[in-house]
Amino acid sequence: MSLFFIVALPFFGALLPRLMNTAGRSACVGVTFTVSLAAFVGLLTNLPTILAGEVVMARVDWMPALGLNFTLMLDSLGFFFALLILGIGLLIIAYARQYLSRDDNMGEFFTYLLLFQGAMVGIVLSDNILLLLIFWELTSLSSFLLIGYWKHLPEGRQGARMALTVTGMGGLAMIGGMLILGQIVGSYDLSVILQNRELIQADPLYVPALILILLGCFTKSAQFPFHFWLPHAMAAPTPVSAYLHSATMVKAGIFLMARMWPVLSGTPEWFMIVTTAGLITMVLGAVIALFKHDLKALLAFSTVSHLGLITMLLGTGTAFGAMAAMFHILNHATFKAALFMSAGIIDHEAHTRDIRRLGGLRTLMPLTFVIVSLAAMSMAGIPLLNGFLSKEMMLEEANHTALFGSPWLVPVLATVGSLFSAAYCFRLIGHVFFGPVRDDYPAKPHDPPVGLWLPPALLIVPVVVIGVAPFLAEPFVKLVTASVLGDAADVPSAHFKIWHGLVPALFMSIVAVVGGLLMLRIFNPALRIWDEAPRPEAKAIFDGIVEAAAVLAQKLILPLHNGAFSRYAAVGTITIVVAGFYAWSTGTLSAPTRTMQTAGPVLIAGWLMLVAAVVGMVLLHRNRFLSLILIGIVGLMVSIGFVFLSAPDLAMTQFTVEVVTIILMLLALNFLPNRTPVESSLLRRMRDSGVAIAGGLASFALAYYYLMRDAIGTPISEFHLANSYKGGGGTNVVNVILVDFRGFDTFGEIIVLSIAALLIYALTETLLNGPVRARLLHRKPDQPRAGDKHPMMMVVLTRVMMPVVMMVGFYIFLSGHNEPGGGFIAGLIVSIGVVMQYMASGFAWTNARLRYPYHGVIGAGVLTAGFTGIGSWFVNKPFLTSDFVYVRIPPFEKFELATAALFDVGVFLSVVGAVMLSLESFSRLARRAHTIDSEHPMDIDPSRDALSPVAAVREGV
Amino acid sequence: MEFLLASAIGVMTAAGIYLVLRLRTFPVILGISLLTYAVNVFLFTSGQVVIGAPPVLRDGVTVYTDPLPQALVLTAIVISFGMTAVVVMIGLGAFLGSNDDHVDDQPEIADDQAGGTS
Repeated sequence: MSLFFIVALPFFGALLPRLMNTAGRSACVGVTFTVSLAAFVGLLTNLPTILAGEVVMARVDWMPALGLNFTLMLDSLGFFFALLILGIGLLIIAYARQYLSRDDNMGEFFTYLLLFQGAMVGIVLSDNILLLLIFWELTSLSSFLLIGYWKHLPEGRQGARMALTVTGMGGLAMIGGMLILGQIVGSYDLSVILQNRELIQADPLYVPALILILLGCFTKSAQFPFHFWLPHAMAAPTPVSAYLHSATMVKAGIFLMARMWPVLSGTPEWFMIVTTAGLITMVLGAVIALFKHDLKALLAFSTVSHLGLITMLLGTGTAFGAMAAMFHILNHATFKAALFMSAGIIDHEAHTRDIRRLGGLRTLMPLTFVIVSLAAMSMAGIPLLNGFLSKEMMLEEANHTALFGSPWLVPVLATVGSLFSAAYCFRLIGHVFFGPVRDDYPAKPHDPPVGLWLPPALLIVPVVVIGVAPFLAEPFVKLVTASVLGDAADVPSAHFKIWHGLVPALFMSIVAVVGGLLMLRIFNPALRIWDEAPRPEAKAIFDGIVEAAAVLAQKLILPLHNGAFSRYAAVGTITIVVAGFYAWSTGTLSAPTRTMQTAGPVLIAGWLMLVAAVVGMVLLHRNRFLSLILIGIVGLMVSIGFVFLSAPDLAMTQFTVEVVTIILMLLALNFLPNRTPVESSLLRRMRDSGVAIAGGLASFALAYYYLMRDAIGTPISEFHLANSYKGGGGTNVVNVILVDFRGFDTFGEIIVLSIAALLIYALTETLLNGPVRARLLHRKPDQPRAGDKHPMMMVVLTRVMMPVVMMVGFYIFLSGHNEPGGGFIAGLIVSIGVVMQYMASGFAWTNARLRYPYHGVIGAGVLTAGFTGIGSWFVNKPFLTSDFVYVRIPPFEKFELATAALFDVGVFLSVVGAVMLSLESFSRLARRAHTIDSEHPMDIDPSRDALSPVAAVREGV
Repeated sequence: MEFLLASAIGVMTAAGIYLVLRLRTFPVILGISLLTYAVNVFLFTSGQVVIGAPPVLRDGVTVYTDPLPQALVLTAIVISFGMTAVVVMIGLGAFLGSNDDHVDDQPEIADDQAGGTS
């Protein structure tokens, strides 16, 4: 199967569980399992190629200019990890079916799980490091969702947040490191980077890049000093812990270290940082794990410890170390996943995970006992189980490693780590399963249903098989090791054996196991010492750092962001002006290339009116009605200016938009206060004037500079003028640009307009359904109402005019392609005609005669435009390619039929729908506020007739 | 003529900025509208400004004005209507919801300002 499918399957599959949620829990698990299985089988189809030692590649250019390509690579290392991720994933899915209770939203759980799975598979198959980073961040995000899955648990939320913070920070550091690496090599493709060991290690930026990448790996793989997040992530449901912390998430860091091993390892820096961190983590994790009472916490710290072990092995930089690391990854994934699942079983059946409350489960849960014992003994390093083999190899490697000039340091610490490791394994078996049967379990423990015990039991199979017959695993592990080593070193020839003879590693192993048993004997006194010993609490330190960062951020942001819009606007304006001034004063200025055209008296008169209206607005803006009239004048003058300056289409658009805008503002002003009170001080107004004048001068200077000079490059306008008729079939170049050359832009624009209208509708609905509704109903109008709501003259006039308006709109629409006009303008004109009906005859009357809802009109418009565009696909042309023919039907003249006209119909419909929906929404607010207007078409309100004082007086006379 | 155009843009911008810096929603919306005019005219003038040469092809005519800025400005005008409508709606909704049409966060007395009007 193509690598793309393997990566994409979990992501697309993530849509399904949520959909299947209503179909029942089994259906939900079924689809998830099927999706995973499909990816798993797809992976296995590549097995023959991998076994042949070849690499499967798949490549699609995504953003080649950035070096970001969707390149996937499957070598034996990637195959190994993908096998673990998908294989253990399948077991986890089956296990989770039984584990999750009826209160848990199963669809949500499996959606997150599949997203996580996809991201993990993406990491191990990426050939492009930028792509790898994207998947890397996706695992951080999806693991956040998984860890915090039980949203009602505060520990879950805090643990998820901590995991996200730590791994997210590491991810950020890693982005920096990867970018440096890409810069050094000149390519972001892993396959290229891995060939450039000398180039990278000789570069002065090698050390920064190494540290940044290792930060990412260490945070992800919970290496000291970032180990503290992993135990807190145990608040997640057990299937998540089992999945994230045995085979996947925490192994991502290890994977990356292994992946980068050929180019990053082998230097003193790598050795010092990685080995030291691994060694500390291994010992520290093992010691803490011994004294944990929560089963999952014990396992969490043991995971930390084992990750440290693997990291240390990778750090040594020898081929044997890398092979031991790969072998231990395999072994650890099997026994640790089984142990986590078993911990979940105990929790599920006994309703507690506290070791102090357990004991004597040997007879009550025999099956679980067998599974846990085998897995834990493997972890402790008992012969004939797989953990023993890789631990021997680790001790062997440690024995040959000298750190800080001391040949003793690493072997001794490795033995101490193994000793504690054996101790907590024995404690796990001894304190949970042995001892007397108690009578105070929170629930009566018994072996779980098959769905819960089978998945861990399956994992025990490789634990035992590899332990007994290590030669079975040897070829595969060596294949993986070869892929880790690349060209940097040869695969070691050592064979996997249970008995190596009386080598030092054997004695170290014996010391560890015997010491572990002794440690368990003196566990209680040791625990007392441990409890009394002061030690730093990682969570408190972490919370302190987060708190301090938050306080710092608040101190910085709150004074700057104090919620005063006018301040932001002033700061923004000044910044823009200053930046512009800087550009002006440092850039090169050219001499004017155009001469000033003379301005006739008409233009001067228009300018005077415009400026007068603008200045009037500023001076009189407190009177809102007046300022509305003045802005109408400004708009009108701008429209006339467009006519004058050879832009008839613009003029018509501006003019019609002006009308609807004023109506809209009037509708709003119906509710808003009529006057703006004096609030700002004189000083403040002086300041604002200063800012405004600076902005005005700047825009004047900019405009004047532009107007007096020709364009630097050749404008593309000539192309449009030359091709408008030939290519677009229309003589109105503006319209042809809109519906043809730049049709895709226009398509986007009508969608924006439609969304704006729908937004207004949605806001109105929200207002009308909220507390505002009551306020509107009780609102007293602050202006006297008009005597007659629907004046007869206006009603008659608008109805007579309606067909005329429609005809004008139709004409403007049709002539649009060749004369000024088109869909936009026609839409606005028709809208105005309809608005007039609303204004004259009333909302109820008009709405009763409305045949199509405006949403539908908007939808029809966008769809028409869209389908017109899609239509060109059927003749193998790109989206929105237009075509036209000339036809002649006697006795009419020859006319043109263009697909662009159909597109224009879409524009027309969208504009009508959007404008009308906006205005209608505003009117609905108004309608709610006052008395319901009558169904009567025009004239006089009968109720007012009865109550009107005038009528009463008249009747009295 | 260029001077008149540029100064008109400058005046509209200055007035627009001044109104945007006011404290109540309505003048701010009017200010945004004025800025919209200024920006549209500015965009329009970024091509060559010619009198009496509309970009409608005719036989025998060779001088046309630049059609491209016109097409851009045409959609800009329609979109700015949509934007103004949304802003007005938000302003109106805020006023109806809180009886306050200040644009700035009010320190503590926001709810007491009955009507917020004079």
